[in-house]
Amino acid sequence: MPDPTRTGQPGDDWREQVFAAFEQGGVELFCYLPDAGLDSFISRANAGNQDRAVVLTTEEEGVGICCGAWLGGKRAVLMIQSSGVGNCINTFSLVTNCRFPFFLLVSMRGEFGEGNPWQIPMGRTTQAMLELAGFQVFRASHPQDAVVMVTEGLKMAWRSDAPVAVLLSQRLIGAKDM
Amino acid sequence: MANYLSRRDAARELMAQVGDQLIICGLGSPVSDVAREQERDRNFYLVGAMGSAVPLGLGLALAQPERSVVVVTGDAELMMNLGILATIGVKQPRNLSILVFDNERFGETGQQVSHTAYGIDIAGVAIACRFPAAAVIRQQQELAPALARTHTNEGPYLAQIKVDPERVPILIPIKDGVITKARFRQALLGRY
Repeated sequence: MPDPTRTGQPGDDWREQVFAAFEQGGVELFCYLPDAGLDSFISRANAGNQDRAVVLTTEEEGVGICCGAWLGGKRAVLMIQSSGVGNCINTFSLVTNCRFPFFLLVSMRGEFGEGNPWQIPMGRTTQAMLELAGFQVFRASHPQDAVVMVTEGLKMAWRSDAPVAVLLSQRLIGAKDM
Repeated sequence: MANYLSRRDAARELMAQVGDQLIICGLGSPVSDVAREQERDRNFYLVGAMGSAVPLGLGLALAQPERSVVVVTGDAELMMNLGILATIGVKQPRNLSILVFDNERFGETGQQVSHTAYGIDIAGVAIACRFPAAAVIRQQQELAPALARTHTNEGPYLAQIKVDPERVPILIPIKDGVITKARFRQALLGRY
């Protein structure tokens, strides 16, 4: 079955456009824990200049690394799946207490079409948890939403010193077949 | 009987040779230790977000590869996020050093015994995580070479400094994270 989120035209792939938005937004460091929905961004971050990609053992490491990079004057983003948001909750106090600019890209699991019940608790609570933790949350369900939300979310994070999360919904990235 | 250093002496020696090093202090006594010896703009004080001192230091070291970054933190603060040593082992930042003031206690919460009291070897974990060098420091004369190493850009480096489980008077110069961040960036980058 063709991927409905791809048009087949070079340069039209929304994933490519999202990554271009990161580069145009001045992001120099990509911290991540993998998910299928993030694979394309991880590959691009690792391509060419591996210095800019940081693979984590647990998501909350990435919160500290992104804040540390900004202390040193560089823009970093954190890319994780929704289950990892739960791992970060206390560490987000670093972001909000110091008012660090912070950009989080979350691939959703445990919602639209999910086949693994273990993903559902975090799938149900990710957005609310992020909002309670002080994040501005944008949820992308269509390819062009994702591009615009990442572009504008990056601006908001760094111009307003705000914590911003873009959620890539499972309706957009597809559910794992299991 | 194993020997323990005075954390006051260790902090004094650290700050006597600090130069323009960027210091990240983990929550708890390391903030008081460092601030008592030398309160300065290039110190960043964590008063929460336990486990974040070393990740913060890694991000800073990656952003500022020409500058020496030193994380000063406690054994339990580091143990909360032990996996970061593996992440550092992958990235191999030469300018990052970690000084663990290891009192074998959870000092802030009432001196409860911590993992290292049972011989958990943080320096050994660092070596297993591909740190080129890491050491357990038990003697005063071992401290100066360890501190000198933090200036050599041959890291990542970790020193697990065994210190007396004495209580130190709390001294937290700044609790407001926005001020801490802003003054650190102003000193380092010339902008908030």
